[in-house]
Amino acid sequence: MNTVIKNLFSAKARQKVLAFASLVLMIVIFAVLSPNFFQMDNLISIMLSTAVTGVLGIAVTFVIITGGIDLAIGTLMTLTAVMAGVFIGYWNLPIWLGVLAAMATGAVAGTISGVLVAKLKLPPFIATMGIMMIAKGLSLVISGAKPIYFTKYEGYNSISNGSFIDFSFLVPGLIIPNAVVIFFGVGIVSSIILNKTVLGRYTFGLGSNEEAVRLSGVNVDRWKVAIYALAGAIVGIAGILISSRLNSAQPALGQGYELDAIAAAVIGGVSLSGGEGTILGTIIGAFIMSVLINGLRILSVPQEWQTVVSGLIVIFAVYMDILRRRK
Amino acid sequence: MPESLLVRIEDLHKSFPGVHALKGARFDLRPGEVHALMGENGAGKSTLMKVLAGIYTRDSGTVLLDGQPIDIHTPHQAQKLGIGIIHQELNLMNHLTAAQNVFIGREPKGLMGLFLDEKKLNDDTAKLLAMLKVDVDPKTLIGGLTVAKQQMVEIAKALSFESRVLIMDEPTAALNDAEIDELFRIIRELKAKGVGIVYISHKMDELKRISDRVTVMRDGEYVGTLNTQEATMEQVISMMVGRPLQNYVRKDQNMDANPVALEVKGLNRGRALRDINFKLRQGEILGFAGLMGAGRTEVARAVFGADPVDSGEILVKGKKVTVKIPRDAVQAGIGYLSEDRKRYGLALGMDVQANTVMATIGRFLHLGTFLKKKPMADVAEKYINTLSIKTPSQEQLLKFLSGGNQQKVVIAKWLLRDCDILFFDEPTRGIDVGAKFEIYKLIQDLATQGKAIVMISSELPEVLRLSHRIVVMCEGRITGELSAAEATQERIMHLATLRSAAM
Repeated sequence: MNTVIKNLFSAKARQKVLAFASLVLMIVIFAVLSPNFFQMDNLISIMLSTAVTGVLGIAVTFVIITGGIDLAIGTLMTLTAVMAGVFIGYWNLPIWLGVLAAMATGAVAGTISGVLVAKLKLPPFIATMGIMMIAKGLSLVISGAKPIYFTKYEGYNSISNGSFIDFSFLVPGLIIPNAVVIFFGVGIVSSIILNKTVLGRYTFGLGSNEEAVRLSGVNVDRWKVAIYALAGAIVGIAGILISSRLNSAQPALGQGYELDAIAAAVIGGVSLSGGEGTILGTIIGAFIMSVLINGLRILSVPQEWQTVVSGLIVIFAVYMDILRRRK
Repeated sequence: MPESLLVRIEDLHKSFPGVHALKGARFDLRPGEVHALMGENGAGKSTLMKVLAGIYTRDSGTVLLDGQPIDIHTPHQAQKLGIGIIHQELNLMNHLTAAQNVFIGREPKGLMGLFLDEKKLNDDTAKLLAMLKVDVDPKTLIGGLTVAKQQMVEIAKALSFESRVLIMDEPTAALNDAEIDELFRIIRELKAKGVGIVYISHKMDELKRISDRVTVMRDGEYVGTLNTQEATMEQVISMMVGRPLQNYVRKDQNMDANPVALEVKGLNRGRALRDINFKLRQGEILGFAGLMGAGRTEVARAVFGADPVDSGEILVKGKKVTVKIPRDAVQAGIGYLSEDRKRYGLALGMDVQANTVMATIGRFLHLGTFLKKKPMADVAEKYINTLSIKTPSQEQLLKFLSGGNQQKVVIAKWLLRDCDILFFDEPTRGIDVGAKFEIYKLIQDLATQGKAIVMISSELPEVLRLSHRIVVMCEGRITGELSAAEATQERIMHLATLRSAAM
């Protein structure tokens, strides 16, 4: 507990504190401007819409801390959703096995990205852009460019939309959707991996000084592949969340999600030059994005302008980070 | 008595595409000795040591450890055999803590082998650091430590492998005197424990203090080994360059009659610069001496407009000029050759011609848009000849030139810009002994032609050799000025350590 408090005031955590403060400020402003904002069902809807971007943001956080980037996460999410449809809908696998198989699909794709980056030495931007296009194409090919519906498999929809945490007896309307619970669960587990395991240590090491890690006798390539594979598996979870929420795998969806996820990570203080970042930061970043969009929507700002404002926020957040670093 | 040798390397060969880097290199190391390895850049010292440390694999030859032939292919194998290396450019992860750096790749694990045991990690590191009597908290981030402390952490890391052979590549390059003393204390302790230390350095005075033997390499070959106490600087240098060096005799000219080219009055910038005043005359080489962090580079950067100043005046040829940004300085005829030429002075991925005209590109344009090929080629050719830049052609990319020739291209760039006042910041850093003398001659020629030159250097012999006058700084202040006739190493060092408390 003591260390938690100490961390809160360390220089490293300042961006997180700053981001958190901006989030709170934003919520207060929207709550003042519109009575509809602070309604329980709106708050739940914000959490629900943050879940997918948030999980993708967590995935890409690992890769960005190594000093890399993963552009494939958006369309790969779609591919894993389509594959979930194939496993469950066409192959009639039980739902739990279909879910694992979809995550495995993500992990395989992540492994391929990792091999391209670590072994073939492709720049991560290019390697994952290639995978992004491949995943997009494969999603359309496999699904025949048509949505795959899960309506027959009742349990599937409740992965996201069901709720085993029901506090409505305490606060009316406080029914947390499973998607949100899964999102936070992924966050906690990822945070443990990043801070308490060797994989996490090397994630930071690679981003800080890859050559030093290599010269310390670490098999750098293998760990890098493992990190991309882990990111891919987490993307698989996002694929399950989105397809379960829509109760269908939409093959044309997905592109653009990667940029929202990267934006969430960057707003949350993950450094694009590697070596720095936290899962909590990324989660806060994802919330900033979705609170903003939701608030603007409630204030009836046209969607086009919502996008413009999101862009400004990203630029502002990164500029704040640069100012902080200059000191 | 080969059995008493810790390491013996015989007839080692190593080639890289296009280069035969090691041609029958030899080396040996006794337990508890410091064995210096010297040679010009490119002589093969670092390559030889990287073979020993498993970073490169040899093509042929034998490496014996305790008389047993060994075959090392990875740094990991070398570590297990007790061979540690501390690289010149420290290999640390700035975002990790000292303890995390020391045990990277060998993290102690706790619960189920899945989780890291941070406590053991920090405790073990604390023990290592205590053994070295180094005052560093295992939990501090490496990026926040001084270079000297970082180096201590590197040494602790090497010791954590129970290293019996420790290779140090130019360990004092970025240390001040007190830090060097501290490093030498640690080296002596390691010696007493029987660790054999390979010490790569160019600084003869250091070698005299710390090393037992010196081996010299040239062009990938073994030249000879001397007992340090019996060796002279001249002897070692002539072994390194393969010919006796003619010693330069300084002309003690008095430049007071020449017109003042640059005058700086009352320059202040926070705590970095305090009341800096000096005059620089045409044809004069003004040396700036001082320890690391004394503020010499800061003076150059302030005059050049690279850092904002709180107050101060700059007069060029008697006229006051306002320098807010480097462009103002360049227009006033001031050129700054950075100590880090690769970062601030050159575009390494571009060719000689492009770098030469970089600061004057406006002169080589048709209609303000299109590049004039012929005049650019002519001017580049002119400087390649006058500065004798060794390059196969103008189209050679800068990254393929040696440090000395890269430096000459930077000089060409500023000369072409008609700069009459040149600030050289560590002009020979990372440059071979042979090429150093060429740069010295070039700087002297420029002065003879009437350029006014400020030369900042941490190498006292260099400052003494070239300067007409020497300004000494300490902690952001000018603590004294010496004429060439008065200047000695001792006097300069006295002024360089004259802290404000004593004033």
